Formats: sequence, C-alpha cells, structure tokens
Amino acid sequence: MKVDLTVNGKEITADVEDRMLLVHFLRDVADLTATNVGCDTTSCGACTVLLDGESVKSCTVLAAQASGHEVTTVEGLASDGTMHPVQQAFHEQHGLQCGFCTPGMVMAIVSLLKENPHPNEEQVRTGLEGNLCRCTGYHNIVRAALAASEVSS
Amino acid sequence: MSIMGTRVIRTEDPRLLTAGGVYVDDVRTPELNAAARLTFVRSPVAHARITGIDASEALSEPGVVAVLTVADMDDLAPPPPSSGEWDGSPAPLGGPWAEPLLAIDTVRFVGEPVAVVITDNRYQGEDAADLVAVDYEPLPVVLGPAAAVADEILLFPAAGTNVAIANPVPTDDAPFDACDVVVEQDIVNQRVACLPMEGRATAASLENGKLTVWASSQNAQVSRFILAGALGMAPDQIRVVVPDVGGGFGAKIGVDRDTITIAWAARKLGRALRWAETRSENLVAMTQGRAQLQHIKIGGSRDGRILAYRIDVIQDAGAYQRIGGLLPFLTCLMAPGVYDIPDVQAGFRQAVTNTTPIGAYRGAGRPEATAAIERALDLFAAEIGMDPAEVRRRNFIAPDKFPFQTKTGAMYDTGRYAEALDKALAVAGYDQLREEQRRRRASGDPRQLGIGVSSYVEITAPDPDAGETAKIEVTDNGSATVYTGSSAHGQGHHTAWAMLVQDELGIPMDQITVIHGDTDLIPAGVGTYGSRSLQLGGSAVHKAALEVKDEARHHAATMLEAAEADVVLDTSTGLWQVRGDPDTALSWAQVAGHSSGGSLIADVSFVQERPTFPFGTHVSVVEVDTETGQVKMLRHVTVDDAGTVLNPVLTEGQRHGGIAQGAAQALLEEVLYDADGNPLTSTLADYAAVSAPDLPSFELADSQTPTDLNPLGVKGIGEAGTIGSTPAIQNAVVDAVSHLGVRHIDMPATPQRVWTAITEARKASNQ
Amino acid sequence: MIPSSFTYKRASSAEEACDLAAEYGEDAKYLAGGHSLLPLMKLRLAAPEVIIDLGGLRDLSYLTDQGSHIAIGALTRHHDVEHSDLLARELPLLAHAAGQVGDPQIRHRGTIGGSVAHADPASDLPAVLLALDATLVARGTDGAREIPVGEFFQGLFETVLEPGELLTEIRVPKPAAAGWSFQKFTQRAIDWAIVGVAVQGNQVALVNMGGTPLRAAAVEAALADGASPADAAAHAAEGTSAASDIRATREYREHLARVLVSRALTESASRA
Repeated sequence: MKVDLTVNGKEITADVEDRMLLVHFLRDVADLTATNVGCDTTSCGACTVLLDGESVKSCTVLAAQASGHEVTTVEGLASDGTMHPVQQAFHEQHGLQCGFCTPGMVMAIVSLLKENPHPNEEQVRTGLEGNLCRCTGYHNIVRAALAASEVSS
Repeated sequence: MSIMGTRVIRTEDPRLLTAGGVYVDDVRTPELNAAARLTFVRSPVAHARITGIDASEALSEPGVVAVLTVADMDDLAPPPPSSGEWDGSPAPLGGPWAEPLLAIDTVRFVGEPVAVVITDNRYQGEDAADLVAVDYEPLPVVLGPAAAVADEILLFPAAGTNVAIANPVPTDDAPFDACDVVVEQDIVNQRVACLPMEGRATAASLENGKLTVWASSQNAQVSRFILAGALGMAPDQIRVVVPDVGGGFGAKIGVDRDTITIAWAARKLGRALRWAETRSENLVAMTQGRAQLQHIKIGGSRDGRILAYRIDVIQDAGAYQRIGGLLPFLTCLMAPGVYDIPDVQAGFRQAVTNTTPIGAYRGAGRPEATAAIERALDLFAAEIGMDPAEVRRRNFIAPDKFPFQTKTGAMYDTGRYAEALDKALAVAGYDQLREEQRRRRASGDPRQLGIGVSSYVEITAPDPDAGETAKIEVTDNGSATVYTGSSAHGQGHHTAWAMLVQDELGIPMDQITVIHGDTDLIPAGVGTYGSRSLQLGGSAVHKAALEVKDEARHHAATMLEAAEADVVLDTSTGLWQVRGDPDTALSWAQVAGHSSGGSLIADVSFVQERPTFPFGTHVSVVEVDTETGQVKMLRHVTVDDAGTVLNPVLTEGQRHGGIAQGAAQALLEEVLYDADGNPLTSTLADYAAVSAPDLPSFELADSQTPTDLNPLGVKGIGEAGTIGSTPAIQNAVVDAVSHLGVRHIDMPATPQRVWTAITEARKASNQ
Repeated sequence: MIPSSFTYKRASSAEEACDLAAEYGEDAKYLAGGHSLLPLMKLRLAAPEVIIDLGGLRDLSYLTDQGSHIAIGALTRHHDVEHSDLLARELPLLAHAAGQVGDPQIRHRGTIGGSVAHADPASDLPAVLLALDATLVARGTDGAREIPVGEFFQGLFETVLEPGELLTEIRVPKPAAAGWSFQKFTQRAIDWAIVGVAVQGNQVALVNMGGTPLRAAAVEAALADGASPADAAAHAAEGTSAASDIRATREYREHLARVLVSRALTESASRA
C-alpha cells in the first residue's frame, strides 16, 4: 500500500507492505538509521520518535497508521549544525556511552520536557520508565534531562 | 597544565547524538547493497533428538533463497580431536562436549540453532522460518547445577557425566574445628542476561576471495582468528570490521557461533548476508551470566578475627562450554577478597544443563566471589553480634603488606582497604544511618531501613602478557591518527587516547583521530574485556607517543642543527625548539614533513607483568516495606579505587553503569526456566531489566591508589562497580529485616522473596 | 518481531468501521492505539488477516460533562484521560490510574476503549471502571447498546462484545463519595500490576486477582456492616482466583490484596 509521511519536515511517499512497522520505514525506506530496534515487546524505548510532536514507540506503530502525520527523529532535532538543548545536555553531562539507546532516550526527554518543562528528579526517572539503558545506570541521563530543562525555558 | 585527570567531555558524542551511531545493522556499503537476510530456526525445546527437518514449505515461500542445515556444512573441516579436558584457557571445550554450529541430531537448549533461512528481506525471513518443520523427540531435561551433578540424565552420553571440569574443594575441617564460631550457608548467584541494548548483529560478504565480516564484537582481531580457524581460511583472507557496538559486557568477546555460521553461509552461497537478532532471540541465544550454586563456610573467633573460609562452587555452564572453566576458576582465585584469612579452601565443579550457555558478563567470576565472601562476612558478624563494618576492618589485608600473595594464588599490587571503607562510611553518614535504623525498629515502623556494606577487590587485565597494540601516525599537516587494538563499545577510548596523545605530544585533541576495529587497518590487537583497556591499551598509546616523540626529536634536531639533548617539545603549544630559543620553533607538521614518507610512525605493543587489583567499598541504603516485601534503594555510596584517574567523566560513567547492573542482580533480574526447560523470561516484558525509576542517583567518592605495574598508574574500572554493588545491596536488604530473625535472602531480593523470608522468620520465632 | 501479513483498512467513521468488520467477519480486528493488539501480533500470538484502523475517528475522542455522568469517547488516549482538568475534578481515580498505564509513549497511543475491549485482567482501567460502576456503549451493524461494566468482562481477554461490535463511549457516573485511592503494586514502574486496588468511596475493585477485574464484594459487605478499613480489608482475597506466575504466588497475591485494600481504604478516607 502507499503511505505518505512527513519525516523531519520532508515528505516521503512509498509503497510498502501493510504490516511495515514505522521503525523499519524510518530505517529502511527513509534511510534514517539513528532510531534503533532494541526489543520486540514495546519495552525498551530505543525506537522512540515523535509522532505529531509526542513521543511514541515506533516499533508499535504501523507506517500505515503514521501516514498523513509528522514524524520527528533525532536526526531532525539539531538545526543548522547547532545541537538541540537536550542533545547538548547529553554531551555535557556524559549521558551516553555506547549510544544505542540514546536517540530514543533523547526523543523521550524532548517530549517529556514539552509536557512538563520543569520536572524534578523523580518525575524524570518515572518519565523514562519506558526507556532502557544498559551502560549509564541512568544517573547522567537524569542529569542531562534536568540540565536541559534549565535551558529550554 | 596537563589535561590528565581533568574532566573532558567526549569526542564521540556529537556524531552519536546527531546522526546516530552506525551499528552493524546500520552499515550501508556497496558490498552489502544486494545482501540477503538470514534468519535462524531455533529449537523450541530444551532437550530432544531431531528426527527430521522439512524445509519444503519454507522453500516455496516468496523471497526464500535457501534453507541450510548442518548437512550443508560439508565444506568445513571436522573439529580437531580432543579429550575434552580443560586446558585452563577461555576456549570452548571439545571432544564429547563439542558444540556444533547447527544442531546435528540433538538439541540441548531452547534457542539452539537448527537451520538458517536466507530470504530477500527481513520480513520474509520471519515468515519462512516459521514454516521450516523440525521434528523433535523430547528427551528428559536437566535443569540447575544440583540436578546436573547428580548425573541421572546426561546431556552428552559419550562423556559419561555432566561434570565437565572438577577442581574439588579441599574438605579439611581442622581449621574450622579450631574456631569459636563457624557459620555455613548455601548461596545462589543467579543466572542473569547480559542484555546489551544492541543484540548480536552480523553482515558478511565474500568478494574476490576476501571475506569481510561486520560484527558487533569486542575485538576484531581475535574475531578474525576465530573465523579463520573455523572456516579453514588464512587470516589475511578475512577482514573483520567492528563498527559502533551497542554494549558488550563480555557477551560479545570474539565472535560467537552464530556469526561463524553466517560467515560460512555467505561463503557457501556466494551471496552477501545480514542478520540482526531479535530481543527474544537474544534472551535465549546470547550467552548469559553468573549461574553458580555456592556453599560457604566461615569460621573465626568472637573478637572478630576470621581464621578460615571455604567456598564450594557448582558452576552451571549451560548446554555448551564456550570459555572453559574460566568463571569458577576466577571465583576461586578471588575467593578471600580483601581479607587476610589464614586458611582458604576454594574449589569448583562445572556441569552442563539444558539451558543457554553461560559466558563472561561484567565481572565474569569475580562478582560471584565477592558476593559470597561479603555475605559470609555479614553472616559471621551477625553470629558474633559485631557491626559488619567493624568485622571487615579487623580482617583487611594491611596496607604495608603489598604486593600481597593470597592463599589462592593472586598477587594483589596495591590496596588501601581500610581507608576505602572509612571514606565510604563517612560519606554515607554511617552512624546517623544506624541511629535512624534504631529509631524505626523501636517504633515498629513498617518501613525499615537497611544498611549494607561490601568491601571488594577485583582482578583486571587478567591476561596482562597478551598486552595491547597501538600505532600513532603524525602527518605533515600536523594531525595525528591513533590505531588502537582496544575496542570501545561505550567506554570512551577515543576521548581518553586523544587525551594521552595531547598530553605527551601537545597536538590538540581536535587534530587527533582514533581508529579501532578494522583488521585491514589494525591487523594486530587483543581487544576490550576484563577491564584491560586503559592499563594495556592506554599504556600502549602512551608508549607509542613516546616513540613518536623520540623520532620527532631526532628529526627536529637535524632540522634545527642542534643536539637532540638540546631540543625540547612545548606540549602546551605543540612546538619543537632549541631549549631557550623560541625563534627556532618547528610545528609537528614541519617535523613530520621532514621524514621520508611525510609522516612519523610508531607501532608498538605494551605488555604488563601482572594483573592489577582495583578495590573499594560500597554502602547501600535501602528501605524495606515489611508488609509487602518491596525494596526501595534510597542511596548508594561508593569508593572505587582503580588507581590514577585519567578522565573523571569516563570513570564515573563506568562506575554508574556498573552499579546499575549490580543492583539489577541484587534486586530484580533473573533468568527463569520452567520444569521442561522452557524459558520464562525470554522477552523484556518478563525479564525485569533495571530501569530509571528503580535506582537513585549515586554518590561516588574519589580515591586513587596508583599501581606501579604500568606508566600511567592505572587499573581497570569497567567492572568494579558491578562487583562492589551487588553484595552491598543484598546485605542491606537482609540487614533491614535482620531484627525480625532473617539471616539470609537469595538474589534477586524480589518482594515475594523478601516477604517470604520475613514470614518464615516470624513463624520460626513464634515457635 | 514482525506481524504476519495482513490487509490494512482505514475507517473514516464508526459506521464505516462496523461495515468493514461485518464484511470481513472473523478475519478482521479493530486497531485503536495498537498497544494491546500490535504487541500480540508482533509475537505472532494473534494473526488477523484484516486490520481496521480506527485512528482516524477523532470524533470518538472526547471527555464531556453530561451532568450526572462523564462521557468518554472510546478512542480517548490514556494521556488525555490522565491530563484532563475535567477528570481531575470529577473522576480523579480514573485520571490518576490512566497515568499509571504503561509508560508515556504508550499513553500517547493507547486508548481507554482499546484497553477495556482487550480485557486483560492485569490492566488498570477495567478495574477502575468496575469500581466506578461505568456503563459501556457499543455499536454494531444493527444499532447501539449499553452494557453495565459488571456484565462486560467474561474471562481472560474475553468480553460480551460480539464480533464486529465497536465500543464507542464509556459513561462514568459522578461518584457520590469523594474519597478515592489507586494502589498499584509492581516491582518496577513499568510493570503490569502484580496486584492492584481501585477504591471510590466504599466501592473496591481488584486488578489481577482473577481472570477478570473483580469487585471485592466481601470487603464492601464488611464496610456496609460498619467494619473498619483494616478489618474489612481482611476479606480482600475472598472470592478471588489469583494466578501464580514468575512474579508472585497466589498466596502472596492474596496477602498483597489484603494489605493494599487496607492502604487504599485508609487513603480514600483521608480524601473524603
């Protein structure tokens, strides 16, 4: 079937299987490989992107469901070579090690801060319940989110 | 001012944050443009004979290129004959224990690969794999080390037993008979999943006789040797490329069986292939960690002196033994921990079971040793009614005894154990915590406070004579490239190695490129595991920098018409000059340009005489809801001393990650099987992987006790956090409810386990 | 990881959705937020041949004050239920519980109707609606009907909805008693409830103590007889059939039910 998505501001039309998952559309059709697949039970959040500005797990959305809608991936966050405050905060706070969970983590935090611009630590941790990281122990990811919340206001 | 020891954020980050890392499944390269997809057909039963494989329905599906089984592997030489005895190396056991690449006539764990399906695309692969019909005749199942050693059901009848390796524990009771107090305990160090966020992924392409394999691995060069040996090819016919790797934790050392199969299939079919495992696949088919049954016996006097300690380990190896007896061997080696115990008896048996093979996982044998001795210390302390921190203090190896040869044969280089304990307790506010605990106990508060201490030592660079390689090339544009045999998968080596080069050579970090993981560019190297990289790989970079410096000095002296002894490098500017004469300044670009070939090159390897032994103390503060058994981590304080700190940012990150994985084992994670050997935790919906709301922020204190075994004075930090944290948290949970009569709770201390322990203790005290 | 092949149909109205369901019969399943159905399909535990996407039915997403009750469109997302000012005032139990479902990403997609129709006894909202005496409105090709929540859940993943019947609205009466509490016991924040308790006034419902959400009838009877919260809570496990699984044994679940009901009743009373 034909699907028509706007990804990072660019319209992409493609003929795909009805069952194609949004995450595979992004990686294999739109050629945006930053978004990763980390599980098969909607548990890990590595595939998190924004759908119409809100965080979703793209492994549990069909490309067909997203047709006609806007998707933002981590590749679409920086503008003119300047990192988004959340990306910058991750860099400054050492919020990433292997980087595999990072795109999903960043997008989840972008969405979280949009909805709650000044979270406390507990709210950040609970807000990241759907995003697993194996490298950082979450300590610096939380610091990055809190640091970004200071900037974005 | 030197950059060493300062906080430097990572050069790796901007790319990872804006474009994303390039992991194996992201690699886009002409050789893989027409790659087909490979999907494994895996056994859904734990122990069975294969009586038939029918691929006809699968083969008639759209997009299916081939279905291959072990019968197609006639181009591979049979494994060399072997008695199956363990030779002490971390290599697969052969002979009767041998593991085939694809099952021959028997499957021995759920997840064992039986066939591979090659399709045009990934989606077709999953469809077709479902249609490969394999007939299984179930066999009785062996689960758990206790059942395994009973030898009632054998996984490998030709071996005559399930016990593949036995270094029996001495059973001399005389030292214990001489003790006032003796305590014994059975301890479970449970099986956990390594769970890197990126599972295993491989791509392979054979072109013009050269096989290129992209692998998510912790060491490209070792992987190349493994592939060469398995495929009967010369190493120079193989190129291994390790791109970004999304976590390894020991489970991606070398290449595993499935990657060999993929490389073979690509060669067999003459078609490039790609594979990326699903998480469900990963949770049954990637090697798992820990899985020991331990029996400890500890004895001493009422004044707190420990006189004797025995640990008897049964290692569950899973169905196939891929790293020999390395894990229980290291457990026994590190059995006495930080304590100066006159009599230590340690031994193990390793047995096979119908479960996923066990391999290295962050700490690899040392967390098991530390968890046992630290539990033993607390049991002993409880028995004599002494504060657990004080008992530790009375038994530490004294600071003036280093280098210290342990009774188990380890030579500890440097250590200040009492200082680490005192510092951790001070940061934690130990006395105030005990006061709060007393208050809550007196008031009968349903939410009780537990304080747990763990003092540890661990062995890093356990293979120091294997060393590490480094090549530095400074070119006539003044930039430097570092080729390292280390293989970062999140550790930040590129930043650290660039810091080392900037410090020695004065070339700014933004002019330094670090490369790893491609055997065409770096033919010799050992890789990243066992927390070896900074001490061996970093020392190699340092050594190469010194050699480049010497070569540069020689050229500069010629160019400046001065004696070498009069030529100096100002590392703050990167300029060579005659001492005291700044007008003679030469840049690196100029000096490099002077050499024939236009660049200065040093290519070295660094070996170390012995392993190093980082150490520390963790203090865990937990709150236990005694009505439900729920455990909440309130605080976690650590001292992790791994010698000189090169970049605190990187060191802290390693400690944080280690603590989280250690906490996960203490409180949450466990791989479970039902009575038929079916995995019960094969998805992330069931496997309780530690998440952000489960953890507090951590409190890390600084301590640096250098080693004299390498010029940087560094030990390995990568696994220390995991080793120290698990016992502290387990001890804290027991401590929270010890006043109710609980003396031990096995890991993970889930609410169910804690509540059961409380309930049983209450029942026992009511009798 | 990948669902087996299916045909995707997007409905542009509730009427069209029902017509499509009638056309394809048992081969078709509705897709709302997709966070109950797609995970099953990805593990190949469900393999419908036709998917009817309801995502375009924006007119089934609403939260309106109807005087004696609140009307909630079946396709209202958990996120919107959680953050609704109207519900914060009138149905704080429901708003709070919706904020406990899954994680933020799941709550941006999952819908209250989807969750209820899926009928997993471990999920939070069915028990909450049971405690609140909700009424479910469903429509099929031959009209609409109202189903009291007490009759709606039949068994594990089983409701009284006929094939092709579409949930359109959930009506929740404004509670007479102001006190409420939601106690969700999990090991980790993201987990399904090991046991959960929803209380509104003296109405008590249980999550994951049987094949369907259950009203704790024995507790309610004890409260009606004037028992204290602690004494009433002692009856929490009566009439339940909790499962034993890797998270908890039946015995432990029954113990938790008693503890959580006691805590819920106490917290509810403090809010009354």
